[in-house]
Amino acid sequence: MFNFHYRLERNAIGFVLAIIVVASIGGFIEIAPLFTIDETVEKAPDMRVYTPLEVAGRNIYIREGCYACHSQMIRTLRDEVERYGPYSLAVESKYDHPMLWGSKRTGPDLARVGGKYSDDWMTAHLNNPRDVVPESNMPAYRWLLRNQLETGDLGEHLAALRAVGVPYTDDMIANAPKDAVGQANPDTDLATGVLERYGEKTDVSLFDGNQGSVTEMDALVAYLQVLGHLTDAAHTTPQNEVE
Amino acid sequence: MISQLTGNERVLAAFTFLILVCVGVAMAAAGRDDLIGTHGWVIAVSAIAGAVALLRSYDAPEPSATRLSEYYDDPSKVGIILTLIWGVIGMLVGVWVAALLAWPELTIDAAWASFGRLRPIHTSGVIFGFGGNALIATSFHVLQRTTRARLPDQFSPWFVLLGYNLFCVLAASGYLMGITQSKEYAEPEWYADIWLVVVWVVYFSIYLRTLLRRKEPHIYVANWYYMAFILVVALLHIINNLAVPISFGHAKSYSLFSGVQDAMTQWWYGHNAVAFFLTAGFLGMMYYYLPKRAGRPIYSYRTSIISFWGITFMYMWAGSHHLHYTALPHWVQSLGMAFSVVLLVPSWASAGNALLTLNGAWHKVRDDAVLRFMMLAAIFYGLATFEGSFMAIRAVNSLSHYTDWTIGHVHAGALGWVAMITYGSLYALTPWLWKRPALYSAKLVEWHFWLALSGTIVYVFAMWNSGVIQGLMWRTYNDSGTLSYSFVDSLVAMQPYYIARAFGGLLFLSGAVIALYNIVMTIRLPVPVSSDSASDIPLGLQPAAPVALAGE
Repeated sequence: MFNFHYRLERNAIGFVLAIIVVASIGGFIEIAPLFTIDETVEKAPDMRVYTPLEVAGRNIYIREGCYACHSQMIRTLRDEVERYGPYSLAVESKYDHPMLWGSKRTGPDLARVGGKYSDDWMTAHLNNPRDVVPESNMPAYRWLLRNQLETGDLGEHLAALRAVGVPYTDDMIANAPKDAVGQANPDTDLATGVLERYGEKTDVSLFDGNQGSVTEMDALVAYLQVLGHLTDAAHTTPQNEVE
Repeated sequence: MISQLTGNERVLAAFTFLILVCVGVAMAAAGRDDLIGTHGWVIAVSAIAGAVALLRSYDAPEPSATRLSEYYDDPSKVGIILTLIWGVIGMLVGVWVAALLAWPELTIDAAWASFGRLRPIHTSGVIFGFGGNALIATSFHVLQRTTRARLPDQFSPWFVLLGYNLFCVLAASGYLMGITQSKEYAEPEWYADIWLVVVWVVYFSIYLRTLLRRKEPHIYVANWYYMAFILVVALLHIINNLAVPISFGHAKSYSLFSGVQDAMTQWWYGHNAVAFFLTAGFLGMMYYYLPKRAGRPIYSYRTSIISFWGITFMYMWAGSHHLHYTALPHWVQSLGMAFSVVLLVPSWASAGNALLTLNGAWHKVRDDAVLRFMMLAAIFYGLATFEGSFMAIRAVNSLSHYTDWTIGHVHAGALGWVAMITYGSLYALTPWLWKRPALYSAKLVEWHFWLALSGTIVYVFAMWNSGVIQGLMWRTYNDSGTLSYSFVDSLVAMQPYYIARAFGGLLFLSGAVIALYNIVMTIRLPVPVSSDSASDIPLGLQPAAPVALAGE
């Protein structure tokens, strides 16, 4: 073996090829089957896609680096299930490009935060967390209320998401900017279109409390309120034993 | 810099700048309504500045043929300075964001100044800015000395070094504006990723072309590691960053993979960025500078072989230990855990090989803080890899994951191993490259050593404590069978440790500032009259004297 290596280390090209082959094996065996084994991702026929406003909110969540302090992955541990709710299923992040499972909980897990707090609480908390949770060390995101949401290119966003596998229809893509405005303005004609395209259960609300203009706060709150609610799969399928 | 380029290389440089200006302006035009437009201007302005510098010296006399009888070290010299500057920037931002965790009200009401946007500047600044520049600078130096061949040309090393720093600038400035993919340690968007691939291909070609022209029959072990670093980082970078941009006028893209497959790919990348960027590359550094400085050959050649292939093979399986108890299928979690545990064998073989190399030179370790930096790096490498294997065990991970323990572990490796081996190597390398008799101040190196060690210890102990407390509080039940603590209770308990952590970081940062000062002052020392470096020349172009090489 050492004699073989003695020859290998005299051959630059051979050494390069050996590194590539040896280093590729592990990733190939662990990643490739995840695309081919059916049980990897559960079935959830009731699952809906993110609305354009939620997509925009998700992009703000990414832009501000929220994932660095908040996970979206409840582990199969008893205390986590009791604290946060049913453990996360793979299917729940099926449309997440990229996933935001996170790696650190400076703040709590957000996988099922949707609906736990009111829109008003969310808006006040994001504007200055210490107004509602005095001990919090979360940054204040005051500019979210000041910044108008850029909605003009949301159709292109949805089209790109369709290119990577999210089933958006032509209708959804064509109406994306309107739907973003409609979801944050209940009781308008635009809001009706959102419910037609994304389902009656879609959360149409004022989010940041203001009618009319759509702010970045609207988008982020809309996204946070849908977390854990794209599908009921985690609540309807029996959960295995937790440890 | 430019006067060292041959006529053909100047033409090549001019074309490169022209292409970059065109690309930059095209990005600025296509992205005039988007943040990518700003980056277009950054690229165009950088290229124009480069082109102006080129044109001003374009007619300078061509370098004489005698250059071929010397190694080409100027890119390494600039790389060392860039390493030290990025180190100070990255660590300064690190101390600042650590302070924000303890005192969130310190900051101003501006998006760019918030924790979420500054934190990736810290991580990318130290990993890519500090670590990456150190690897490029030392790899060029080590490659030439161990092959006894000059770099293949004068243009491509500059392209790699400056192109890589353009990538770092795009990354850091992008985070401030809110451009990020959110993939940890792979945050830069699609266009910066493509640029890094171009730079990396040229980097690999330098390595391969020099190796093919080597005058030594064997490829020295340091080069195995540098090559593994270059090749595997390319593989990881390309696959993990596969994405579809909204359009050519948008910075934003959507990753090709989603959910569980994306998570596995991301942590296959993330863990092996640690393995092949922060471990393999720096092991290459260690395998050259530690024996050189100690004046002892590597203890065991066969151990080097076993640990190299062990690391190259097994690390690539270990990424899934970041996803224990998640929605990732159980079989992948188990594979990740098993390989992570076995990985301790090659890791400790490397650490042991380094420490045993010091046998017979321990008096030097006592007297020479530069060598002591390298020894301490090997010890921290051993500690951090042990801790890593331990934390990859599912039961341990159930406690440690999502807590500050992980942060402590990362910094035991990053401060204790990566930064220590880097500073040790740069302290050794600077007087050699600039042909100075010694460093400006050995006393300042001592100061740096003790600041770095105490800073690391304060940091790591603070994070161990906070992580374990956090993990235990989250899972503590009271007598009635309900959870004892709210999440906020655990956050309040972290406050003293967050302050201690910021203090530890501040100690380490002070050391980094001292290092920058000491090395700049060393460069400014007068050159001695006779700089005798007869052995420090490439073989083959002049009558060669037989010289012993490091590690042989």
